[in-house]
Amino acid sequence: MSHENTAADPTRRTVLKASLLAGGGLALDALIPLPAAVLDAMERKTVAPAQLSAFVSIAPDGTVTIVSKNPEIGQGVKTSLPMMVADELDCDWSQVRIAQADVDQKRYGEQSAGGSTATPKNWLPMRQTGAAARAMLVQAAAMRWHVDAGELSTAKGRIFHRATGRSVSYGKVASLAATLAPPDLETVPLKQPGQFTIIGRPLVGIDSARIVEGKPIFGIDTRLPGMLYAVYEVAPAHGGRLVKADIEAARLSLGVKHVVPIIGNGDADTGLADGVAIVASNWWLANQARSKLAVDWDLSAAKGHSSSVYRAKADAAMAAGAGTDLRRDGEPEAQLASSAKRISARYDYPFIAHATIEPQNCTARYQEGRLEIWAPSQTPQRGLETLHNALGIAPDAVTLHLRRAGGGFGRRLMNDYMVQVAAIAKAVPGVPVQLIWSREDDIRRDYYRPGGWHSFEAGIGANGDLVAFSDHFVTFGDGKTPARAAGFNVAMPPAGLIQHLHYSQTMLPTVVTTGALRAPGSNALCFASQSFLDEVALAAGTDLPQLMLSLLGERREIAAPDNRAPSFDTGRARDVVERVLQTSRWTQRPTERGRAKGFAFYFSHRGYFAEVVEASVSSADVTVHKVWVAGDVGSQIVNPMGAENQVRGAVIDGLAQALTGQAIEFIDGAVQQSNFHDFPLARIPMTPEIEIAWVKSDKPPTGLGEPALPPVIPALTNAIFAATGTRIRSLPVRLRTT
Amino acid sequence: MPYRLNINGTSRRVDVPPDMPLLWVLRDELGLVGTKYGCGKGLCGACTVHVDGAARRSCQLPVSSVGQAKIHTIEHIGATAIGARLQQAWLKIDVMQCGYCQAGQIMSACALLGQTPQPNTEQIDSAMAGNICRCGCYNRIRSAIRIAAGVEEEADRVA
Repeated sequence: MSHENTAADPTRRTVLKASLLAGGGLALDALIPLPAAVLDAMERKTVAPAQLSAFVSIAPDGTVTIVSKNPEIGQGVKTSLPMMVADELDCDWSQVRIAQADVDQKRYGEQSAGGSTATPKNWLPMRQTGAAARAMLVQAAAMRWHVDAGELSTAKGRIFHRATGRSVSYGKVASLAATLAPPDLETVPLKQPGQFTIIGRPLVGIDSARIVEGKPIFGIDTRLPGMLYAVYEVAPAHGGRLVKADIEAARLSLGVKHVVPIIGNGDADTGLADGVAIVASNWWLANQARSKLAVDWDLSAAKGHSSSVYRAKADAAMAAGAGTDLRRDGEPEAQLASSAKRISARYDYPFIAHATIEPQNCTARYQEGRLEIWAPSQTPQRGLETLHNALGIAPDAVTLHLRRAGGGFGRRLMNDYMVQVAAIAKAVPGVPVQLIWSREDDIRRDYYRPGGWHSFEAGIGANGDLVAFSDHFVTFGDGKTPARAAGFNVAMPPAGLIQHLHYSQTMLPTVVTTGALRAPGSNALCFASQSFLDEVALAAGTDLPQLMLSLLGERREIAAPDNRAPSFDTGRARDVVERVLQTSRWTQRPTERGRAKGFAFYFSHRGYFAEVVEASVSSADVTVHKVWVAGDVGSQIVNPMGAENQVRGAVIDGLAQALTGQAIEFIDGAVQQSNFHDFPLARIPMTPEIEIAWVKSDKPPTGLGEPALPPVIPALTNAIFAATGTRIRSLPVRLRTT
Repeated sequence: MPYRLNINGTSRRVDVPPDMPLLWVLRDELGLVGTKYGCGKGLCGACTVHVDGAARRSCQLPVSSVGQAKIHTIEHIGATAIGARLQQAWLKIDVMQCGYCQAGQIMSACALLGQTPQPNTEQIDSAMAGNICRCGCYNRIRSAIRIAAGVEEEADRVA
C-alpha cells in the first residue's frame, strides 16, 4: 500500500459521510474535490472546482452497490469507473451491482461524457472512495475482534486476521462500519499497480447481458403509461423561421392527438428551433402525418449558404495569401523564401454528420410546473441550463433521468432534442411524450463536424531539414470566434518542434450548426497536417516516421502555448512511433503492385497514437488489409475489454470517414443528404485486421474515446499515395475520375 | 384494421393501418422494444426480425404482408439453441460498445447460422453486410459468430 501523492490544499477538503443503509449495512457518500494535480492537467477554463461524488453501499449480504454517475454512451464508463472503486474496496467483481445515477449536480458534481475525460478525472477520486470504504470495514472488524487494524488484510470482500485464522465478510461488519468516522481521503492508503485485482482485467460491460436479450435500456426504449409519440418538423434549411402553419389536415390524420406549432427562442444553435410538433399514439403515425402539414418557412437567412459558395470563398481566401495570425514563430516568410526547396499544397475536408445509430430522442412529462425527463444525453447538466434559457423552466423544477445512449461521438453534447421534447410536453401537460427524430431529421439537423481548408507551405534546407512551415486555415466563424469545434490548434505539429512557423486563419460565416465530433479538431487537422508532412518527408528524401522522429528530437515536455491544454511529451511520442514501426515491420514494404503502407502520428485528448495502414488499390477501389496501432494512454489500461473496442471503433470510424464517401453538402442551407444511402457508414466487409500495442508510460491513465481516431486517416491516405502515386488532398477519398 | 399476429409463439391482436411497418407494431403497439429503429429504409438492419426463420427488416414489412407467418424477435431468440449460443458468444468477448444495433446483428447472425452452420469470413461478411454497427464492433462480431459456430475457441486476441 502506498500514499498516492495529492496536492494538499485545505480549501479542497474531502467530505465523506457514512450512514447506516436501510435494512443494515454501510452507505458511503463521498463528496470528493478533484485533486489539484488532476485539475491542473484538465482544461482549467471549463472545469469548475466541482465536487465529485461517489456513492458506495455495502449490504449485509455483501452486495456492493456502486453508483455510476456519468452518461453511458458506449464508451464503457458504467463499467470502468466502478471497477476503480471496487478494486480499492478489494471486493469481488461478482458482488458488485451498478446503479445509474439521476442527474444531480449537488450530489455528483460533473456528470458528462465528452473529451475522453472520465478516466483522468476519476482515476484518483474513485479509487480513494473505494479505499476509504475498505478502511472503514477493516476498522470495524478490528473493533469487533479487539485487534489492531494493521494486523488485518482483505481479499474478495472478506477481512482476514491471519494470526487467529479468523475471517469475516464485508457485509457482516458493514453496519458497524457505518458508525465510524470516514478516513481522510487525501491520506487513505491506495494499492500499488501490482496489487490490482479488478483494474486491468478484461471485464464484460455491465449492461451487455441485458443488451443481447433486447431488454429496454436505451433512451428510445423508455415507456410510460399513457405515453404518446412525437415528431418535430423543422425548417428545410438551417436558420429557417416559422411563418405560418396550416395544421388542420395533420390534426385529422389517423392516430394524431395533438399538432403544436412552436416558436422557438430565436436561437436554433443553443436553444429551441421553430417547428411543428405532431403527437400521436404511434411514432409511425406521427411521422406519416408530416406530409399533411402545410408550413410557410422564412428561409432567407440560409440564402447563399451552399457548399459550392463556401468552397469558392475559401479558394479566394487562400489565393489572397495568409489570414489573421494565430501563431508566428521566428521568421517564417524569410526562411521559406531562402530555403533550398519549397513545397506547397492545399487540403480540404467536408462537413460530416455524427449519425449515432440510435436517432436523437428524448422522453418528457410536464405536470403542475414540474418537468420529468428521460434523456440519452452526454451533457445532461448543460441540458438543464438550456431548458432554463429556452423555456424558462428552472433546474430545480426538473427531474432528469439518464438513459443509455445508442452512441454519442459528440452529437449528444448538444441537447436540442431535450429542449424540443420539453416544449412539446409543456404544450400537452400531464401527457408523457417521446420525441424521436427520423433518420432524415438526424442527418439534416446535426451539429456537424465543420469542413475546412488548409493552404500549407514548407521550406526544406539543403541538408533535408524542415526549416519553415506555414498553414493558412480557412474555417467557419463570425470573424471574431470560430464556430463550435471549428477552431485551430496552434500546438499542431510541427509547431514547437521547428523555429520558423506561421499559422493563420480566415473565417467564413455560416448558418449551419457545427459541433464536436469524436476527436474534434484533431480528426481533421491530423489528416491535413500529417498528409502534408508526408509530402515534406518525401521531398526531403526521407519518410514520415523518420521526419517525425527527427522533429521530436530529445525527450522533453513542451508546454501548450496557452498553458491550458495538456503539455506535449516528445518522449512519449517517440515511443509510440518507434513501437508501431516495430509491430508493423515498417521497413518491410509489400511487394505486391498497388499495395503499400502509410504512417501517421497524432497527440490528442492526452493520448499519443502512431498508426500504420496497409492498403491496396485496384481499379480505384481501396482495400485496407491491416492497421497497426501503438498508443500511450498512461500507466494502466483500466478495462482492456472496453479499451480495445474503443481503439478498433475509432480506427473503423476514421476509415469510414475517408472511404465510404461521407460528406454533408448544402444548397442554400438545406442539407442534401438524408439517410445511410447517401451518408454511408462502415460495414463489416471493409473491416481490416487491427493490431493494438499499448505503450505503458508512468503517467496517470487517460481516456480512449477519441485519440486513436485521427492518425488512421492520414496513415490511410499516405498508404494510398505510396501505392498509387496519387496524393489524397481532399476527403472523402475519391479515386475514380468520372 | 384488426390483425392477428404470431409473435414469439404467442397470438397477438393489433388494430393498425395495413401499411404500418411491423417495426412500429412491435415497438409502439406491443411494447417489444428490443427491435430497434435506425433508418426506416432497410439500410441499417437495426430492426431485423425473423419471419418464418428468415432475417427480415421489420421497418420494410407492412403488417398486412405478415399474415400468419411466425415472427421471432430478439426478446425470444435466447429460447432457440443457435440464439442462446450467439448470446453467450456475444458476452464471452463483449462484442458491443453502445449496443444499440446488437439485437439486429444477433438476429442476422442467427439466420446465417441456421442456413450455414460453419460460415467462413466471406460468408459472415456477406450475411452481415446489411447490419450497420456505428461503433465499429465488426472484428468482434466476426469472432462471436465463429465462436457460436464452434469454429473459433478464443476471442479475437482480446487483451
